Amino acid sequence: MSETSISKGNGHPANGDGATVTLTKKDFASEAETRWCPGCGDYAILATVQQFLPEMGIPPEKIVFVAGIGCSGRFAYYMSTYGVHGIHGRAPALATGLAVARPDLSVWVVTGDGDSLSIGGNHLIHALRRNVPINILLFNNQIYGLTKGQYSPTSEEGKVTKSTPFGSQDHPFNPVALSLGADASFVARTVDTDRDHESEVLRAAAAHRGSSFVEIYQNCNVFNDGAFDAVRAKGKEANQIRLVDGEPIRFGVEGERGVVRGANGRLELADVAEVGEDALVVHDADDPTLAYALARLADRPTGPTPLGVIRASDRPTYAEGVGEELATAREGLGDDDIASLLRSGDTWTID
Amino acid sequence: MESKTVEEKERVVIRFAGDSGDGIQLSGNLFAAETALIGNDLVTLPDFPAEIRAPAGTLAGVSAFQIHFASREILTPGGRPNVLVAMNPAALKANIAELEPGGIVIANEDGFTKGNLGKAHYDESPLEDGSLDSYQLFRVPMTSMTVRATEGIDEISSRDAARSKNFFALGLVSWMYSRPTDSTITWIEKKFESKPPIRDANLAAFRAGFNFGETAELLQVSYSVKAAPAEPGTYRAVNGTTATAFGLIAASVRSGLPLFLASYPITPASEILHELSRQRRFGVRTVQAEDEIAAVNMALGAAFGGHLGITATSGPGMDLKAETIGLAVALELPMLVIDVQRAGPSTGMPTKTEAADLLSAIYGRHGESPLPVVAASTPADCFESALEAARIAVAYRTPVILLSDTFLANSSEPWRLPDVSELPEIDPAFATDADAGKFQPYARDDRGARPWAVPGTPGLAHVIGGLEKEDVTGQISYEPENHARMTELRAAKVAGIADEIGDLVPDDPDGADMLVLGWGSSYGAITGAARRIRRRGGKVACAHMRHLNPLPPNTGELLRSYEKVLIPETNSGQLWRIIRAEFLVDALRYNKVEGLPIFAEELDEVISAHL
Repeated sequence: MSETSISKGNGHPANGDGATVTLTKKDFASEAETRWCPGCGDYAILATVQQFLPEMGIPPEKIVFVAGIGCSGRFAYYMSTYGVHGIHGRAPALATGLAVARPDLSVWVVTGDGDSLSIGGNHLIHALRRNVPINILLFNNQIYGLTKGQYSPTSEEGKVTKSTPFGSQDHPFNPVALSLGADASFVARTVDTDRDHESEVLRAAAAHRGSSFVEIYQNCNVFNDGAFDAVRAKGKEANQIRLVDGEPIRFGVEGERGVVRGANGRLELADVAEVGEDALVVHDADDPTLAYALARLADRPTGPTPLGVIRASDRPTYAEGVGEELATAREGLGDDDIASLLRSGDTWTID
Repeated sequence: MESKTVEEKERVVIRFAGDSGDGIQLSGNLFAAETALIGNDLVTLPDFPAEIRAPAGTLAGVSAFQIHFASREILTPGGRPNVLVAMNPAALKANIAELEPGGIVIANEDGFTKGNLGKAHYDESPLEDGSLDSYQLFRVPMTSMTVRATEGIDEISSRDAARSKNFFALGLVSWMYSRPTDSTITWIEKKFESKPPIRDANLAAFRAGFNFGETAELLQVSYSVKAAPAEPGTYRAVNGTTATAFGLIAASVRSGLPLFLASYPITPASEILHELSRQRRFGVRTVQAEDEIAAVNMALGAAFGGHLGITATSGPGMDLKAETIGLAVALELPMLVIDVQRAGPSTGMPTKTEAADLLSAIYGRHGESPLPVVAASTPADCFESALEAARIAVAYRTPVILLSDTFLANSSEPWRLPDVSELPEIDPAFATDADAGKFQPYARDDRGARPWAVPGTPGLAHVIGGLEKEDVTGQISYEPENHARMTELRAAKVAGIADEIGDLVPDDPDGADMLVLGWGSSYGAITGAARRIRRRGGKVACAHMRHLNPLPPNTGELLRSYEKVLIPETNSGQLWRIIRAEFLVDALRYNKVEGLPIFAEELDEVISAHL
């Protein structure tokens, strides 16, 4: 159990005046009994989030977890922060209302691939477009777990499930590409069981101004076991293209492979020994075209796949500064103001 | 002109009609403002097509604005107009059947071109073929006189000038009914301040119309309508949209809760979004959501954050919001859902009125999900109803549906401004950190309301959700008995509001045998019809409901005390069904689903037939 004491701001107003707050993992764990299936990737994510949150130095009462429906929806109950377990797909909208009304809070959305990419797709893209200051954690397991195993909008074509006995005919979403298409200002990807990498990504997401979108590869060991084995399984670390802003993009056990631009401008994988280190693409999280190319480098998590912060760019958050203006406007409002409002426009008096 | 006579009238109904691009609504509203300033009582009824610009000159593109004004109190926009101002053949064709026999037609002669006659399916000009002989027809070449009046204004082409013809019509009718012109002149000057040529053209057209009435030999009589006796006080004209917005702001200021409105554009509720979006000086926060479902979720999220969360929509949006409203019932958070009803089903007739969402407001969610329903009865009453809906939402920690309709939203009437200090108190009574350590999110107060503990309050962190909760603790629970108890607690909380809303008080000066029971915008028609009947010596009682769920505690008893109960509604009998089901009262009904309000005259006939 880590114990962290920090006194510097992380860019979020919930951190307030920068006062020192000492918190531990247990400050963020509720007493509710966790009820995911044994072996579910959600347990690892929950532990990492609970472990990470003390770092922010924000007291639990200033943090709100908003969840939708699905296995991920239970997440809010296991946190000892404020929380709302909403309806299917609408968590980003509810969180938008909350974050806009209360810019002093740290608002987190926990959602799944069915919740946010199928029934709630509209709210996800619009929250990202607006750059509402919320952190969205998408637990992608490429399956409907809670409804017992139907294919999801991220399941591969040909997926055989209860609802697709002859194989799915749907083309899947690439969540990273979708969020970039929605002009998300922060997009990252991590893996449920990799606590260190996940914490690093959460740290960057929390520090980001505006919406952050984090796709977490999450194993559903009951209905879709091993979906991410090519990236996530022990011994497959070589397939993890870990991005570091400003650094050449290398991967492989010894960093022997890298990402280069091919003759047609597209990104390609290459052996560093063959192309030379100078040929490697340097990651620039502020470059939208590079981010999209990286999203498309691995449309499915079946081989070398970019992980980490794919895009982080600074642009104004939704209605930035308006909250303060409105709060100031409200100061001292009283009956006289109502009376003058009612009298605005033409009036006449009868004695 | 000295030779002209002025005739006094007690009440007048004028309908302005023209192409939807002709500025008819604007002329009508400015005429209403002039009329309000005289002190006449008035009610207006705009009637416009859903198309923004239907093909010019066609029947589909006809826009109309009716105003009823009088030297006594009136309650409806009037049935048959006494005067029809028709800017083109289509406007004449669409409205002439409703003009009273012998009524006045003022036709823009220039609009009756061969092309326009064809578009209105006239073989011959009705101005020429004698078909209007039973009316008083005044043919006025408004377009050409407008163009002539604007000659000499730089930068105005004759085509642009012709667009000012609605101001010519307004000037003429203003003269005819002895209206003061200052308010219109001031309005034009202010509105077109930055566009001097258009300002000057409109002013010239308006004055030319007024002067034409004064000088032309065509018109020999003008009319005056004296001020209506009214209670002392300060008045303004208000429509239901503005009154609703003002009521919400008053609720926000009185409660200290910041106002948060999220809406998706929809006719006719968008106007509430527009009105509130301008009110940043009251700290009003508005969000134009990506869809109806998002809008209500945003309002709910804001409510969780301690704001006065509101969403406004119309029927199709209500359907989409239903699941989230159910969530709000489970979360037991204050939230206001405003339904400005319009004719359905589906897209129906988006610009036409109907009050057919009552049953869906009360029952339209899955599971047992009771919530309070409040309905406004007049444009000005939207203010008090909005305040009352907000008060209930906050006091009982519940979503409340406020029903208005297209007629109320667009119609306007004089409003005696209330004494603000006498408006109801709204106390959010947030849970505080004094409750830390022993906080129970689903404990209940005397009203059955649970604590409202907003994020940021130390020691009260809790998670709420749509899953059934354990009584008191709010933990997830699938216990059979607990679910039954929670269902009962939620129902009892809403039912208990009846104790606060007071009895239904009938207006029954003569000890009538028959009661006319109404809700919503039928108030004016019902009260007006009752007055007509009483003036003839008839006896009829009426009662009007603001609270539709729960109903006033004495409802059954009151209804049973009359021999006959008649329920007029602009639906197929929704309150009627509830009354029969709840109280076994064999009520009569009168239903109108034409996209129009009920009028006093027609209801007079209906009631009289039952007396």
